[in-house]
Amino acid sequence: MLNIECPYCGFRDEIEFSCGGEAHISRPELNDKLSDKEWSEYLYSSYNPKGLFIERWVHSAGCRQWFNMVRNTVTNEIYEVYKIGSLPKTKEGLLAFKNNWRRKTKSELIDLKKKKNNGKK
Amino acid sequence: MEKNRIKNFSIDFRKKVFFYFDNKKLYGFEGETLASALIANNIKLVGRSFKYHRPRGIIAIGSEEPNALVTINKGDKTEPNIQATKVHLYQGLIAKSQNCWPNLKYDFGSILSFFSKLIPAGFYYKTFMWPPNGWKTYEHFIRKMAGLGKAAEIHKDPNRYEHVHSHVDVLIVGGGISGLVSCLTLANSNLNIMIADENEELGGNLNYENDVFINSVAAKKWAKQTTKKLENLENVKILTHSNVFGYHDHNFITISENCEHEVSNKITQRLWKVRAKRVVLAQGLIERPIVFSGNDLPGVMLSSAVRGYANKYGVVLGKKAIIFTNNDDAYRTALVLYKAGIKIQCIVDLREQVSSKLLSKVQNIGIEIFFGHTLSKVIGRYCVKKVEVSKLSKEGKINSNSKKIINADLVAVSGGWTPSVNLFSQSGGKLKWDSQSLNFKPSFHFQNEVTIGGCNGTFDYEKTVLESIDKTKVIVKDLINKNLRETNLKIDSPKFNKSLRSTWFFNSSKDIFKNDKAFVDFQNDVTVSDVLLASNEGYNSVEHLKRYTTLGMGTDQGKTSNINGLEILSVKLNKAIPEIGTTTFRMPYSPVRLGLIGGRDISDLFDPIRLTKIDPWHRLNKAKYENVGQWMRAWYYPQDNENMQTAVNREVLNTRLNAGILDASTLGKIDIKGKDSRKFLNMIYTNDWSLIKPGQCKYGIMLNEDGMVMDDGVTTCIENNHFHMTTTTGGSASVLSWLEEWSQTEWPHLDVNITSVTENWSVLSLSGPKAREILSQSGCDIDLSNKNFPFMTFKNGKIGGIPVRIFRISFTGELSYEINTPSRYGLYLWQKILKSGGKFNLMPYGTEAMHVLRAEKGFIIVGQETDGSVSPLDLGMDWIISKNKKDFIGKRSLKISSTIKNRKELVGILTDNSEQIIPEGAHSIEDVKSSPPVEMLGHVTSSYYSPNCNRSIALALIKGGRSKIGQKVFFPTLDGDIITGKLVKPNFFDPNGDRLNGI
Repeated sequence: MLNIECPYCGFRDEIEFSCGGEAHISRPELNDKLSDKEWSEYLYSSYNPKGLFIERWVHSAGCRQWFNMVRNTVTNEIYEVYKIGSLPKTKEGLLAFKNNWRRKTKSELIDLKKKKNNGKK
Repeated sequence: MEKNRIKNFSIDFRKKVFFYFDNKKLYGFEGETLASALIANNIKLVGRSFKYHRPRGIIAIGSEEPNALVTINKGDKTEPNIQATKVHLYQGLIAKSQNCWPNLKYDFGSILSFFSKLIPAGFYYKTFMWPPNGWKTYEHFIRKMAGLGKAAEIHKDPNRYEHVHSHVDVLIVGGGISGLVSCLTLANSNLNIMIADENEELGGNLNYENDVFINSVAAKKWAKQTTKKLENLENVKILTHSNVFGYHDHNFITISENCEHEVSNKITQRLWKVRAKRVVLAQGLIERPIVFSGNDLPGVMLSSAVRGYANKYGVVLGKKAIIFTNNDDAYRTALVLYKAGIKIQCIVDLREQVSSKLLSKVQNIGIEIFFGHTLSKVIGRYCVKKVEVSKLSKEGKINSNSKKIINADLVAVSGGWTPSVNLFSQSGGKLKWDSQSLNFKPSFHFQNEVTIGGCNGTFDYEKTVLESIDKTKVIVKDLINKNLRETNLKIDSPKFNKSLRSTWFFNSSKDIFKNDKAFVDFQNDVTVSDVLLASNEGYNSVEHLKRYTTLGMGTDQGKTSNINGLEILSVKLNKAIPEIGTTTFRMPYSPVRLGLIGGRDISDLFDPIRLTKIDPWHRLNKAKYENVGQWMRAWYYPQDNENMQTAVNREVLNTRLNAGILDASTLGKIDIKGKDSRKFLNMIYTNDWSLIKPGQCKYGIMLNEDGMVMDDGVTTCIENNHFHMTTTTGGSASVLSWLEEWSQTEWPHLDVNITSVTENWSVLSLSGPKAREILSQSGCDIDLSNKNFPFMTFKNGKIGGIPVRIFRISFTGELSYEINTPSRYGLYLWQKILKSGGKFNLMPYGTEAMHVLRAEKGFIIVGQETDGSVSPLDLGMDWIISKNKKDFIGKRSLKISSTIKNRKELVGILTDNSEQIIPEGAHSIEDVKSSPPVEMLGHVTSSYYSPNCNRSIALALIKGGRSKIGQKVFFPTLDGDIITGKLVKPNFFDPNGDRLNGI
């Protein structure tokens, strides 16, 4: 039973929470470029690392607020919890955030790259 | 005086009590254990073994006992598989031996012993696999032959169990010397401490020894004094009779406390759920047996147990003892037995000549010691009579010319000590093999825990005390940054020579391996030959070995057998133990009752039930109930002697003929406010909510991102930025979570506030051609004319002064008003409307009639017509999917080919025989063939008798159903019949909806 620090309520037993899987996945924008494959990846594939991982949790039997958590999936050590909309601050959190394999879909990443390149020009 | 009680032994307990073992009346002392009392009465044979039904006796003194399992009868509280070492004697205790018939001595099952060659390791898998379904026949007999005690033949556990939550700074597991010292060190720190021990008093092994002195006081007495001191401290909580059985994540510890000893306590056991800032593991050590031929015969005991029984209870199971050891500790037993007046025939020591203070003491008494010898065989039928001692060569070969036969009735065995690393391993910690002490010791650890003393592999008393003090000081420093004052303890204990000789190098000689009566795991009857056989058959991984031979399983979880099993495998494979590894320890440490886990969450308290405010009326009017999630809903209201079908038919007919009223308060209701509510609803629902005006209602379907129907319901615009959403009864909680998740995580920029108001409103659904008249007669102040209050609109108003929100929406296909009132008025309003409806023949109807009414109209129920793999297109609801919206949840998935092509579609079914009702869930086929395979087209989702259509009706999901309307389908039933029918449009009554619009 994990002892989880809700950013709004403080430390509570895991039984009060529900886990919502991988955090920082952004919902792809619906347009013609979005392929079936990319959509299914957003829908069904998530990262399942051995080690550092950022997950969404919700204090379902408490304040009902969602938040993010940096957890080691091997030892269950929790390094950090932070509110939705903000980014991790700890060393472990930053590392996990960096390794998170798809905060954007491929086409969105290509778009971003283009925008960046255009900016440079 | 019992036969085996040591004369002139001073014991603390003096009250003599009688008890029964297998119907024999025996005497013992209150406060001693059943095991001790059995030993006192010279009862050697206590049980029969699991597989071969071999005679077995007590071998240990604590929770590691694998053999002496008994059934305790205490009125209706019969409990099997209790270790005799853990039962405290009381007047009139009734204990019975297990796994034997007709009785313990002449056990029929023991003939299995002669067939042991035929039932080797894994014999279930080998012998009973033919013919392919033969297991069904064999299982009955095998279950009868194998196994331990029988569960009590009562249906309800009469015991009472409770759960307690506790938060502490430091939890100490084990009250032996290291735990006590640690607790004593912490006591002055003001930290909140809990110390738990499985025995009836703290002290651990100290209670079993007579040669250890602390501050010049006998250790046993010191433990008592220290306990008393700790008991008086407010910051120390002592739990005795407490089995710390689980070490979970983040220092969450579960403890089962036995409370039966508590006078005037009605609780049988307590489950402690403790969250500790630091955990101190001080579980100590368990002595290992040595594996040799006949080592399971009653009379062969662990050396420390023999000593413990003598020191604590003054009992010894024999008069002529032999001690067999590979270490110094067993010499302490020799001294104790000598003092007790027991004849010691000799000491057999595996080691070559060694010397120590302890040894010289024993030698000086004149006890014969055979160094470099082994005990090669134990002879006897029901108990030890003689032993065979042989000389070992330096390489460990038995010299067969040197065999000596010696008379003996007690063999005290010591194969070294195993640290109890169970909880450490449960905490996630990694173990390391120590080749010096031949043990696994804690190494890398994950949690906030400290392991001290014996279970850390520290054997020496003095070192244990120093280690406990040092490590405890670090905890205090960590937690409150305080230095503790020195704890001074002077320890006087026997000085050991630490040399060991592995019990295994000599056993590599072939003749021992051949012998199949050398037991490794007593409880599961696993012999050396079983382990070797498993290895020969390729089960060389320790995890495989465990599962194939059951080594280390059972109620004792291999406390005495694990290391010996590993050593045999290591010798066999010629690999070092670290290369073989060990199995992972899992909870529970000792068996825990299921009743304890359940606690008070049983029977009526198992799960909450939810009742509507109108429930008292349903009860009074003898409604039959249906469970919908936690809700109890009125199912139907039988009148006089009506059965279900007649009652439902009457309710259905009357609703369409006159009017009916349904308690729909269980519908999920969610209040949505905020200036972005419309935007939000546009994302949640498939249809367009941009133009909805206050006072309008709209039906909506919500999808999962995979495009499948998740829930449906009517949402009403109350005011400009205020919506009242309804969900299905079962879906209300998940829809609320769904809305919250999206609004908080994906669209936090939207201004939406979401609150569940399910229980704030009572909902009365008034339906039928006379609904309008009834409502106006009830004193409703709203103009109910079709012009002022048309279908799919909403009005605020009052009925007889009571505030109501009325929604003109319909789930029956009739003119229908869903009257919402603050829940406290629900019952009153229900009665008031029923009263004014009396002259219009208004009758209440239950959920079953509701189902029939909606099925007649072909209205779906989410969860009945859908199962998470049904899209709105499958349901023929293309009209509800907005073409204009850029995005909504699930939109993209509706474009994927697998969601569009070759789908099952919602259709109606009319059976050829109109009286025949197809069972719900029945599969449909296109052709009737004489043999499989037959392609399945789909299945029936709803099926009823419709009194309004005067025939049976059904809804079904059929592959390509909409294009097959008019075609024949077949439904094979379980009893071999085939129901035939034809596909129709899913609407059986008033297809144009004239009644619904209620003009």
